[in-house]
Amino acid sequence: MLASPGAARSLRIAGVAALIALAALFPILFPNPTATNFGVVTLIFVAVTSAWNIFSGYSGYLSLGHAVFYGTGAYFLVVAARDWHLTGSAIFWLLPLGGLAAALIAVPVGLIALRVRRHTFVVITIAFFFIAQLSAGNLSVTGGSSGLLVPVPNNWDPATYNNPFYYVGLIIAVATVALAVAIRRSRYGLQLRAIRDDEDRAAGLGVRAMPVKLSALVLSAFITGMAGALWVYFIGQAVPQFVFDPLFDLAVVLMGFFGGLGTVAGPVLGALVLEPSQLWLNLQESNGYTSEILFGALFLVVILFLPRGVLPTAAEYITAGRARLLRRREQQQGAPGAQAPTPAAGSAP
Amino acid sequence: MTVTSDAAEIALRTEGISKSFGGVHALAGCSLTVPAGGITGLIGPNGSGKTTLFNVMTGYERPDAGQVFLSGRQITGAPPSRVFALGVGRTFQLTRIFPRLTVLENMLVPGQRGRSRRQHREHAMDLLAFTGIAGHADKLAGTLSYGQRKLLELAYVLVADPAVVLLDEPAGGVNPSLIHHIADRIREMNKTGTTFLLVEHNMDFVMTLCDQVTVLDSGAVVASGPPAAVRADPRVLDAYLGSGDDDDDD
Repeated sequence: MLASPGAARSLRIAGVAALIALAALFPILFPNPTATNFGVVTLIFVAVTSAWNIFSGYSGYLSLGHAVFYGTGAYFLVVAARDWHLTGSAIFWLLPLGGLAAALIAVPVGLIALRVRRHTFVVITIAFFFIAQLSAGNLSVTGGSSGLLVPVPNNWDPATYNNPFYYVGLIIAVATVALAVAIRRSRYGLQLRAIRDDEDRAAGLGVRAMPVKLSALVLSAFITGMAGALWVYFIGQAVPQFVFDPLFDLAVVLMGFFGGLGTVAGPVLGALVLEPSQLWLNLQESNGYTSEILFGALFLVVILFLPRGVLPTAAEYITAGRARLLRRREQQQGAPGAQAPTPAAGSAP
Repeated sequence: MTVTSDAAEIALRTEGISKSFGGVHALAGCSLTVPAGGITGLIGPNGSGKTTLFNVMTGYERPDAGQVFLSGRQITGAPPSRVFALGVGRTFQLTRIFPRLTVLENMLVPGQRGRSRRQHREHAMDLLAFTGIAGHADKLAGTLSYGQRKLLELAYVLVADPAVVLLDEPAGGVNPSLIHHIADRIREMNKTGTTFLLVEHNMDFVMTLCDQVTVLDSGAVVASGPPAAVRADPRVLDAYLGSGDDDDDD
């Protein structure tokens, strides 16, 4: 049966509300620290993948350098907490500042990288990534290759230790997805998607591509920086090869592609499915590389067989199935007037 | 040529435009005028510089020399988005639409001046109805046929009410009934005051639709005037039939 648009809409709102309620109750339903630990990291990836998608998914400029922003936010938090002698929940106030630091870095990165397109753009983002990683490993402000420790709160109850991180992560994730929805529906989002399809054509229709692309990158970097700051506070230490981790970028890109690049729900689904599976596999195998090999294989499968992601492909099947059903019903009724009205000349060629 | 009161009767004008790619002179001192409110045809053999001239006029290419004026105002070197905002819309020879946006979304990409979101949407739907593809508004543009894409490209160039519209082969590769349909749409828009400049190889299309025809050869204007006069001009025959050295290059 075909649901009316209104009914489909309220169903979707109910589904989203249920999902958020479930996420809010998760630490109460599963108070086990391992479960909430999974929860925190998964929410961070929901936020980061959605933020990455706002830029890369909507605009088509695939960034393999978001770890630059993630790491910038992380190092900002570590250094600021140390230098400003912050402890406990006060450190959470550094998250937006960490985001701001990442956004500031994104401006020159964008001004340089966004001058080129497609493959060249991807390569340049990777170059920026290595510049960031090498700098972190060699500068004194980041503690060089041995890294820095974060003053983790040692007076919090171990049983509920993860909860503040979880709820801060939930707020960031929900806000990011809400932003992704708002942008997707806005004229700004339309301009980003027009740039993805044909940037030069869009320019010829009045779209000022550079400011549109750059602002999306900066916004995306801001959220990624906040998430990186939260993550580093959660794990308690900043070491260059983990803060600027190439596997972070691959994970985000895989989650985005897996769920459906450029959709709102796709990256959320990708993060919700893949991040816990990876954490679970790591727990089972305790070696770390099993999950990485499996994820590499999954990446190949997605790119080869589901290049547009799970959700768009599923939606296509459903639409095709409905159309077939409708056609069959019309044929059975045999009503001659049942055909859709054909436009005058448009259908001629 | 009088250039003092451009604003009144000349919509778009180029003066001495030159552009080379490597050693090839695509345009060599090309000066052209597009009268306001008219339909001007731009013809010439392949490789004579028509598309390059379009690219220069709409900001996609920077000329090596020369100037472009829109209603007497110098716009040489302005980026495409600015040229569009100033009121010049264009289509491409190889039709370019946004395949992964719906047809209606395609229509909403161009900037909107002085229209609310709802008015913009209504105007877009009106233009889709005008071009005859309103029934496809919610389809992905990538699923349209070639002819429908041509109509969509024509429609969304018109959304922002441009003063001048440049069409690169509007009748190229489409069937005869659709060619008539497109010609009618152009004529109708022209009646409401839109100026057209179009590149086209279909001579019937050009000669029946245009009130002025300009002939380009080897990057320069060789003739210009009413269709009948241009058709009879020996220099035009020369450009097309060749004085020996400029065969078609595609």
